[in-house]
Amino acid sequence: MELIFELSSPGRGAHAQHPPVAADLSVVPSALRRASPPKLPEVSELQAVRHYTQLSRRNFSIDTHFYPLGSCTMKYNPRACNRLAMLPEFLGRHPLAPESHSQGYLACLYELQEMLREVTGMAAVSLTPMAGAQGEFAGVAMIRAYHRARGDEARREILVPDAAHGTNPATATMLGYVAREIPTNAQGDVDIEKLKAAVGPQTAGIMLTNPSTLGVFERRIKEIAGIVHAAGGLLYYDGANLNAILGKVRPGDMGFDVIHMNLHKTFSTPHGGGGPGAGAVGFSERLKPFMPIPIVGKAETRSDNGSSPAFPESRIPGPESRRYRWLTEKDLPQTIGRLSAFMGNAGVLLRAYVYARMLGREGMHRVAEFATLNANYLQARLKAAGYDLAFPTRRASHEFIVTLKKQKQELDLTATDVAKRLLDHGYHAPTVYFPLLVPECLLIEPTETEDLQTLDAFVEAMISIWNEARTDMSKLKGAPWTLPVRRLDDVRCARQLDLRWTPG
Amino acid sequence: MPFIPHTEPDVKQMLERIGASSIEALFDEIPADLRCGKLNGVPEGLSEMEITRLMSERAKQDGQLVNFCGAGAYEHHIPAAVWEITTRGEFYSAYTPYQAEASQGTLQLLYEFQTMMSELTGMEVSNASLYDGATALAEALLMAARANDRNTSLQVLLPRALHPYYAEVVCSCTAAQGLTVETMAFDPGTGRTPAPSTGSTPTAVVIAQPNFFGVLEDVDALTDWAHAQGALVVALVNPTSLAVLKPPGQWGSKGADIVCGEGQPLGSPLSSGGPYFGFLTARKALARQMPGRIVGRTVDLDGKQGFALTLQAREQHIRRAKATSNICTNQGLLVTAATIYLSLVGPQGLAKVATASMGNTRTLVNALSDLPGVGEAFSGSRFHEAVLTLPRPVGPLLEKLAHAGIFGGFDLSSHFPELGHALLVCATETRTDSDIRRYADTLGRLLAS
Repeated sequence: MELIFELSSPGRGAHAQHPPVAADLSVVPSALRRASPPKLPEVSELQAVRHYTQLSRRNFSIDTHFYPLGSCTMKYNPRACNRLAMLPEFLGRHPLAPESHSQGYLACLYELQEMLREVTGMAAVSLTPMAGAQGEFAGVAMIRAYHRARGDEARREILVPDAAHGTNPATATMLGYVAREIPTNAQGDVDIEKLKAAVGPQTAGIMLTNPSTLGVFERRIKEIAGIVHAAGGLLYYDGANLNAILGKVRPGDMGFDVIHMNLHKTFSTPHGGGGPGAGAVGFSERLKPFMPIPIVGKAETRSDNGSSPAFPESRIPGPESRRYRWLTEKDLPQTIGRLSAFMGNAGVLLRAYVYARMLGREGMHRVAEFATLNANYLQARLKAAGYDLAFPTRRASHEFIVTLKKQKQELDLTATDVAKRLLDHGYHAPTVYFPLLVPECLLIEPTETEDLQTLDAFVEAMISIWNEARTDMSKLKGAPWTLPVRRLDDVRCARQLDLRWTPG
Repeated sequence: MPFIPHTEPDVKQMLERIGASSIEALFDEIPADLRCGKLNGVPEGLSEMEITRLMSERAKQDGQLVNFCGAGAYEHHIPAAVWEITTRGEFYSAYTPYQAEASQGTLQLLYEFQTMMSELTGMEVSNASLYDGATALAEALLMAARANDRNTSLQVLLPRALHPYYAEVVCSCTAAQGLTVETMAFDPGTGRTPAPSTGSTPTAVVIAQPNFFGVLEDVDALTDWAHAQGALVVALVNPTSLAVLKPPGQWGSKGADIVCGEGQPLGSPLSSGGPYFGFLTARKALARQMPGRIVGRTVDLDGKQGFALTLQAREQHIRRAKATSNICTNQGLLVTAATIYLSLVGPQGLAKVATASMGNTRTLVNALSDLPGVGEAFSGSRFHEAVLTLPRPVGPLLEKLAHAGIFGGFDLSSHFPELGHALLVCATETRTDSDIRRYADTLGRLLAS
């Protein structure tokens, strides 16, 4: 397909979109003026609309395809969440608008904080991190601030299981820590003896996902928490897999001190082709002084029925309608500070709020139940079809791993081959080659919003690929065949860098 | 059951296949003493009709003020087509484009975006975006510290006339990696930032154009001064302004090294501060030091043009603890909106948006300066924001303006006490003469009472 620049003609434009005034460049001091206009596309409104609509059709998406994409929780993004977050008053609200004209918006954020606090079992929640990785940054920064506030500066290491997401060690580095890997045993659990040997006065904390990225629940989590806490370290919960346990187990009850949630996974806000996300953090009582700002606080008023406030009490007197306000460094002098110019990805938070209110209490429990049911069903059917499971003796959590180690040796069938051939069948590929310690792996997560017919059809596609591997391997090696492009040359892409269009 | 498609016979059939007696049995590996109770802190679920009523009430409660505030978030006209297309499910509900063949729409769009941002900023390469303007600045400084092999100091110079929240974000996000921040003062008469005379040796110097006060800096002199100190120049720019202002790639004799900024003015609604997107462009020699996603053009097995994420060896999922950043998303949806926005307004439209905003701000400043005791703080040329000094504390006046339906600007007195009762105002192309008259009349009445 052409690039938008190739549709451009000098002097053409979407003139209805221009302010109805001539551009008067004389208002710009001549020494600071641009010599020639930027070469942006000059296209009609219809050309732009048609071009980008056509581009959209060259994408897979949840609305059009099943995404059994492990670790990514690609569930349905309810349309109501989008529509209600895009009400004109919410879209038009300036981030610095006065609190007197923000009570409706602040009420949504406050209640979201409270609901997330309840489902995670933490003491408080801050919504400001703009993605999971920034949530990790916030959480580890709070661990660092906690140790430093106690004068405990010798803690230089963050422990990370070898199955962890790459963001975990990268985050530890960004906060000046050394990331130290802890091995996993054959059942997919953290190797407790190795953990015991690794902890000490240098340990700032450990970053864990539970269920782990191997798709199994870390059964000895209380023991792990005890070992790390006894050494003076804190526990970080990577919430990537929170969908597996929502309404069943709470990270706070497992002994975690700080967690991030991927609201774009568990709370169904859209992935948007790679963002925006939202990475709210929850934390225990001892980490509260360090939480990132801003936070929404609630002023004490008579209508509160004497329930204890979740946040430092507001001293602002005022009318009862003015109940919510921003908490800043004045309220939280030990805060790790500000992580975004304003209030994180505010519109994403509104979408998560709408989703949480639609699910309600019972809906929260059902998320983990049906996500787990779907994963175990797919696991059972693929096993029956002949696929090898990485952890055949374990229950699947909300996801599980198929390994093609044997097929790689016998047939030269790789995870990439299966992934690319699935695209021809109209399924997005599972996550491949992650976690790194399982060879030729497919990490499969169906989520709770997929129906039985879709799961069965996916299994049929996997069976057909299985048969093809034995009869006509070229079909797999050459896949995909039916998409806008065939397999792309990644090596050329990185070696002969072409990162922007230039006129031919 | 909201969003759960399973019927009772489905569940029965699935459990039989699994060989489990109940859904509950699937959780038998979780120790019983860890299981949680009823989640009483979460209210009962609402139907779509009920949540629509609640959200509509809350939105109405907040209402809509006539906005004269910028301070990092700017109200511009957004063509209807921008979000109609951006919220198509194929963009809205797509995943990060790791499976390139199934993501050519998003990938080609990102390549077009990179081209547009490179062109606007006058640089050779662009990434596919970062979280927001403030974090883009923090990432740009970390990148500069990694890339500057002529200067190993970890000191960075920020202008005092920088958005105060950006300065806070830079500190929160870079302190643990050892960066130290020094500040360049602004001239109290012009509002511009002169090149410091002290002999510091920063590894990076931030030049904001316009600066936080809306004042246009002498970017050529600052760029040449910074390069003479052995520093890399990090330009922080408003993308709308680049339709008419000299692009950072042409600043001074060598141009800026890294350019970053807030992309919100390009098609993102104000939306309470997010989601927005940060952009980051650079000289080609620095491409491998960039954080975040980058899309490249390549060919497929048949030699046909296609697009893919590239230079992934910089990133956390490959390099783990040695990655350039822990970031693993861009702000794809906002970049989708920005790319469509820039295609619709084009070079002429963007220049009109820029100059109309400058003109409206000039009209606003003139109207408000006519009021007794109100004056403009700085003499320097400005883009589309200005600092006014008022005869009384700003906070209470802003409250009263809000009750009259006007958001009057950003109160500078807590972050810049040296400016007195100072107010930062902005009037983009969306403000009319009657909006401006209404603001002036209302403020006039308040000051007279």
